[in-house]
Amino acid sequence: MEPASTTSTRAPVIEPLTGVETAAERARHRGLPDPADVVMECLGLNVFYGSFHAVHDVNLSFGRNEITALIGPSGCGKSTVLRCLNRMNDLIPSARVEGEVTYDGIDIYGRAVDPIEVRRRIGMVFQKPNPFPKSIYDNIAYGPKIIGMDGDMDHIVERALRVTALWDEVKDRLDDNAYGLSGGQQQRLCIARCIAVSPDVILMDEPCSALDPVSTSRIEDLMVELKERYSIVIVTHNMQQAARVSDRTAFFTASPDETTGNRTGMLVEYDKTARIFTNPVDKRTEDYISGRFG
Amino acid sequence: MNNRVTSERTRLAVAGARSGAVSLDRQPTGEIVRGRIFWALLLLAICIALLGLALVLVDAILDGRQRFGLDLFTQKSSSFLPESAGFQNAILGTLWVIGGVILFCVPIGVGAAIYLEEYAAKERWWSRLIEVNIQNLAAVPSIVYGILGLAFFVRGPFGLGRVALAGSLTLALLVLPTVIIAGREAIRAVPPSIREGSLALGATQWQTIWHQVLPAAVPGVVTGVILAVSRAIGETAPLLLVGAATFVTYNPSGPMSGYTVLPVQIFNYFTRPQDEFFALAAAGVLVMLVVLLAMNSFAIWLRNRYEQKW
Repeated sequence: MEPASTTSTRAPVIEPLTGVETAAERARHRGLPDPADVVMECLGLNVFYGSFHAVHDVNLSFGRNEITALIGPSGCGKSTVLRCLNRMNDLIPSARVEGEVTYDGIDIYGRAVDPIEVRRRIGMVFQKPNPFPKSIYDNIAYGPKIIGMDGDMDHIVERALRVTALWDEVKDRLDDNAYGLSGGQQQRLCIARCIAVSPDVILMDEPCSALDPVSTSRIEDLMVELKERYSIVIVTHNMQQAARVSDRTAFFTASPDETTGNRTGMLVEYDKTARIFTNPVDKRTEDYISGRFG
Repeated sequence: MNNRVTSERTRLAVAGARSGAVSLDRQPTGEIVRGRIFWALLLLAICIALLGLALVLVDAILDGRQRFGLDLFTQKSSSFLPESAGFQNAILGTLWVIGGVILFCVPIGVGAAIYLEEYAAKERWWSRLIEVNIQNLAAVPSIVYGILGLAFFVRGPFGLGRVALAGSLTLALLVLPTVIIAGREAIRAVPPSIREGSLALGATQWQTIWHQVLPAAVPGVVTGVILAVSRAIGETAPLLLVGAATFVTYNPSGPMSGYTVLPVQIFNYFTRPQDEFFALAAAGVLVMLVVLLAMNSFAIWLRNRYEQKW
């Protein structure tokens, strides 16, 4: 067992299971989302780029109306896992996905599943703000238009901009090119664009890494507001950010293969954010969050 | 005493070492001379290029200035009346031919560029083969296209005869590789993040290309098309083979009409013995230069005006 000195600094020891709990109780005990509240789940997820094994056997469930953070050192496969969740990896010809990724219990890699339908329900915000080279209005209206959404377009645009607190800043220049906005505004525009098509899940791939601290904190506030209506999965390099906004945190790392030396990403630990940052079970998690590597 | 001498020596040594190590003075080394020579060679290159252009311009202006005027555009060609002969039918012929070229090469060229950039599996050998071949086609001598046009469009399967449409089709084939290459570059310049952003909203690949990639690539495509077309305007050799060599004195009535084009008309005038025709030909060169200059300037303006900074 662990030395007494280590345990004394840690949070209260969790009572062991007695074996008579329900599935929900077992999940709660392990820091996982209640099975009834799981919106997406990875089951035995393996990802390959050609012959390179990028992600090894990830089992991970994402809670509805929660923010789940994926953290870990560079090259640990967290972005790869994120991009599997709405089949953005399909765009890389050499990428191959094994295992299951379920959304509402349906395997999104199933034979009959259309990736277009998947992406309409599971939106994505990227690392670098990527507004379209069009007007602010058209940036928001594009998504609803192409998926043939009903309703007054002006209303849809205004609602999306209000949700992201951009409305007051841009309402007088909706016809201006989106590239005239600041980096933080552009990123909020991208979030508004994503919200405009009414997705269920929003994936964010290091959404603040290109932004200044003030813009970052605005986006973080926005995320906390958004989780009332959406489920959010965020990849971040910023551990403070994960600690500030997320409900649960998954820690990934990369371990070199003995024969090839390739670094394959894997999930080390998944738990409530508070527990990951105060009382991690795995030594590697503790080393990473205390800044000893990565 | 001894001590002071030592310290004096030390100070000197330090000062000496410093003066040797840090000097910001310009050193007359071989590097600088080589740099100067390189600079001079580059300057010479640009001077030769500009000189060639200037010579053509000056020569054309000197020879053609007394014949340069509006009547060049209003008078038809003639083989025996140099004073009243003009280029009207040749200019109209050029317009018909070039209109046809644009009509054929833009949709086909842009379509091919989209396929190669957005759909083709780039790492496959056949994609590379196609790419190398297109680049080769861009370098094929234009007379080869003339022979092809003669065999296919004028006679052979199409059997159009010596008409403007045959010239259009031949020149369209000639500039197609240029349009495809320019189109591919314009499409490639649209960053992948734009495609990802569109696809992540649930757009299909077709919607992404039509609504995002193509509009962003339009300035580049148009620039490429204008440059390709201005090459087509100046082409003479292939058109000599597909019908433009006939000396016509009437305006073309449409794509199925007999025709001649500006450079061919200039060539025809130059071959006449009279000095008046020589001046007329030089004036025609001026007309062509003005047209080409205007088109290329328009292409540059368009590129600067609509270029998207990412």
